[in-house]
Amino acid sequence: MTADPRAAADRRTFIPLDPSLAPPGTRAFRDAGGIPADQWHADQNGETLVPTHCCFCGVQCGMYLRVDRGGKVFGVEPRNHDINRMRLCPKGINAYQQVNHPDRLTAPLMRRSRDEEFREVSWEEALDFTVSEIKRIQQTHGNDAFGLLGGASLFSEKTYLVGKFARVALKTRHVDYNGRLCMVSAAGANKLAFGIDRAGNPFSDILLTDCLLIAGSNVGECFPVMTQYVWGARDRGASLIVIDPRETAIARTADIHVALKPGTDSAFFTSVLHVVIEEGLTDENYLAAHATGWEEVKAKAAEYPPSRAAAICGIPAEQIVQVARTFARAPRAMAWHARGIEHHSQGVENCLTVINLCTATGHIGKPGAGYGTITGQGNGQGGREHGQKSDLLPGGRSIMNEEHRRQICEIWGIEESELPAAGTSMMEMVWQMQRREIRGLIGICNNPFVSLPNYQVVKEGYDTTEFHAQFDFFLSETAANAHVVFPVTTWAEDEGVMANAEARVVKHNKAQDPPPGVRTDTWAMCELARRLGAGDKFDFPDSRSVFDELRVASAGTVNDYYGITYERLEETGGIAWPCPTTDHPGTPRLFEDGKTYHPDGKIHLQVVEWHPPMDPYDDEHPMSLTTGRTVAHFLSGNQTRRLGALVEQTPRPWAEVHPSHGFRNGEPVRVVTRRGSEVFPALVTEAIRPDTVFIPYHWPVPTAANALTIDALDPRSKIPEYKVCACRIEHAERIDEVPAPPVAPGHVAYPETQVSRTDPLPPTAPQGRGTSERS
Amino acid sequence: MMGRTIFIDPGRCIGCQACVSACRECDSHRGKSMIHLDYTDEGHSVASLPTVCMHCEDPVAPCAEVCPADAILVTADGVVQQADTTRCIGCSNCVNACPFGVPKIDLQAKLQMKCNLCYDRTAYGLAPMCATVCPTGALFYGTVEELQAERPGVQVADTFVFGETEVRTGVAMVVPAERVQWPVPGGLPVVEINGKDVRR
Ligand code: SF4
Ligand code: SF4
Ligand code: SF4
Repeated sequence: MTADPRAAADRRTFIPLDPSLAPPGTRAFRDAGGIPADQWHADQNGETLVPTHCCFCGVQCGMYLRVDRGGKVFGVEPRNHDINRMRLCPKGINAYQQVNHPDRLTAPLMRRSRDEEFREVSWEEALDFTVSEIKRIQQTHGNDAFGLLGGASLFSEKTYLVGKFARVALKTRHVDYNGRLCMVSAAGANKLAFGIDRAGNPFSDILLTDCLLIAGSNVGECFPVMTQYVWGARDRGASLIVIDPRETAIARTADIHVALKPGTDSAFFTSVLHVVIEEGLTDENYLAAHATGWEEVKAKAAEYPPSRAAAICGIPAEQIVQVARTFARAPRAMAWHARGIEHHSQGVENCLTVINLCTATGHIGKPGAGYGTITGQGNGQGGREHGQKSDLLPGGRSIMNEEHRRQICEIWGIEESELPAAGTSMMEMVWQMQRREIRGLIGICNNPFVSLPNYQVVKEGYDTTEFHAQFDFFLSETAANAHVVFPVTTWAEDEGVMANAEARVVKHNKAQDPPPGVRTDTWAMCELARRLGAGDKFDFPDSRSVFDELRVASAGTVNDYYGITYERLEETGGIAWPCPTTDHPGTPRLFEDGKTYHPDGKIHLQVVEWHPPMDPYDDEHPMSLTTGRTVAHFLSGNQTRRLGALVEQTPRPWAEVHPSHGFRNGEPVRVVTRRGSEVFPALVTEAIRPDTVFIPYHWPVPTAANALTIDALDPRSKIPEYKVCACRIEHAERIDEVPAPPVAPGHVAYPETQVSRTDPLPPTAPQGRGTSERS
Repeated sequence: MMGRTIFIDPGRCIGCQACVSACRECDSHRGKSMIHLDYTDEGHSVASLPTVCMHCEDPVAPCAEVCPADAILVTADGVVQQADTTRCIGCSNCVNACPFGVPKIDLQAKLQMKCNLCYDRTAYGLAPMCATVCPTGALFYGTVEELQAERPGVQVADTFVFGETEVRTGVAMVVPAERVQWPVPGGLPVVEINGKDVRR
């Protein structure tokens, strides 16, 4: 064997690369000194790198889209942005493939009844038909018989327009959005306790903490790029506490992993507070100076000794004591949570118990100490700030507050009497559709057929509507039910802002022109408004003009965007609101001065009583079903289930079960709830509680987790209880096929997928979660 | 010892496969990923572990050593290239020789392909695609000093034993502090051959 590596190297000469032949993309980097500056680069090959952000989750990673000489997006390059420092998850890496995907809708689709096939029509015809249907329904059944459902993947400009379009052009009170399914519980809790609806600290504070508590958040799969902050904290010696019924990638390395029974979080956190009080670990000075309601909360906590909570949560009582000591004794501690504790009929209460714990220990408003909620959708934060939510006006104003109504009417140029009252939430709107109270609907950028609970009810609701139009760039399962489908732009074909989980507003840039026949949502909404007679209120040629009105409309509110401009965003890489003036640096960390956004400046602690989940267990349904995401797919999967690499990575859903149930890996397991039953391949793993089953929810029927989940809502936030319902599991004969996403007429399926979308059924369980069969 | 190279830290891997997707995007073999992701304790844990080419230094690249067509070239800075398409005969010798199970054969094209440490990027001062995007830093590109500055006290190993054979690699692994005596055992321990217990 050769001792000197060079000897072999000489024998096999390698001719070094000719620098002038640097492949596209790398040239721009090299010219910029290795790490790209945040500017647009064009290299000699005509390739341009357009700085923008990922369209998917609430981390909002910076990325460059690679644009070829012909102006088409064809690839991605990592970008050294503050948020992600070059990192991307597989969704972010593959996102660019949507832009010129063959499934893209490129002409409006229309049909007069659901029995007909879609035909491609002109925008003119589709808009005319839509407007005549809106008028017909509203003239016979009143303005409120027509509803609008927006989405939190839209730029903030567009979400602002959705709210304004509903109230000013449609004059309906029925407008809501799919962020209602995302983090409104946390929003409600934050509003109650702090008077402001956002995370208290930036991600970078995680690096400074001594104890990181993550509750109900599968960070590794749902917000992968945030993991770098978690591991960074670990490098500094921070302890990690994870609350999750499953052993996720984060839980695997935690100091304490509390695998509690789904739906018991508030009992757990109140009991942790109980121990904190018992052991004298509260920060009484902080409480006296900054909080109200402490005595009541303290009295309630006395009712939750670890012995009681341990029985409710199905965990050892010592764990509660351990968590209390670790969290409260840490010089700086932080709690981050996500849908795991928010998707409950007591979601707001769950979040409030976390806030109670942070406040009682004084871990609020300091570098490395505070709380945060991780938004699921790209604009889950910004999407609700400017009036898309049924009860909110721009700037987070309340639609039932007279002063707030007056302010907005002035900006919009309408009479206060013309402004409708608060509407209902997304799920309630579907129930109203079932009852024919809402007879017509426009959906923008959402896919309730996959994302709402209790699929049967959702389908019935939509089938009952007399008219349904949908804006999308792919024919989603919901769009396939519509009368009219408007083909709109992807995130890469327009500019606009989003606010990530830290409430940092970032700007997305336009990388290519939309394909012929495709229009922006802004254009389409304004055009509809014009035809409805409100054209003068919707004179918005582009996103920038909408943003300028939004800034003004938010001025002086808690959600103040006034000081944020496109130019500043491009220079800084993002600004956290509130930002009241154009020389204000933004507010990455809240409450540093100890003041909240309530008039008295205090944290309003709230008493919480735990109650069992809405779907009761019985002999027929003894186990908990819980749902969640997988790293390769995004929400309803309308976007990611079309991208070859992601389909290959996770082609189908599965049911994760504990080995104690006697299933073999890959065997068909039927999961039965009171709403229905479906069959999935079993993924047998010790990484889940024996009394719990997990199914990822990105697929439509017949393998839709949401055909099984319950449409019970949190009474305050109206978020559905996705994370727990009663179920049983049994052996089944065969597994139903995973449907491919519907393909628009006249278009071909994605030709380059590594796996065919109708490939035969699961040979083995999906990768990634472990299997107990060894070959 | 090592210059700029990849460091693999399995303790940080979350199994997201961003590295796999990113490798597909790198220009030297666009459309195909050269990284493996293994699940080491399936059914019991979600632990996962990425494998890139280890760019063996001593003995110099076993894959290159056994290549009858001299298709696998090694650069002066120790990067073991993927097979030169004008020389490779698709014989799979390299696949069998690699102790880490790295090279892949494209059966249709009868060509070998493997990680070339993103030579198309590293040659121009850019980090490899996989290590750039890895959201957790389970794949890190830089010098050992840079790694240790970011992760105080971290220990790495670049020498692995396979039975009697020692292999020193250009790419290094992060090892638990208590495991810092080199060499680190490589591959699965051989317990039984033809029904005979071969443990000493
Ligand atoms: S999905 Fe989220 S974590 Fe992944 S690249 Fe996009 S923004 Fe980053
Ligand atoms: S990208 Fe990093 S964390 Fe994700 S699978 Fe690869 S090595 Fe592991
Ligand atoms: S270094 Fe480059 S070629 Fe090697 S595995 Fe990583 S991305 Fe692929």
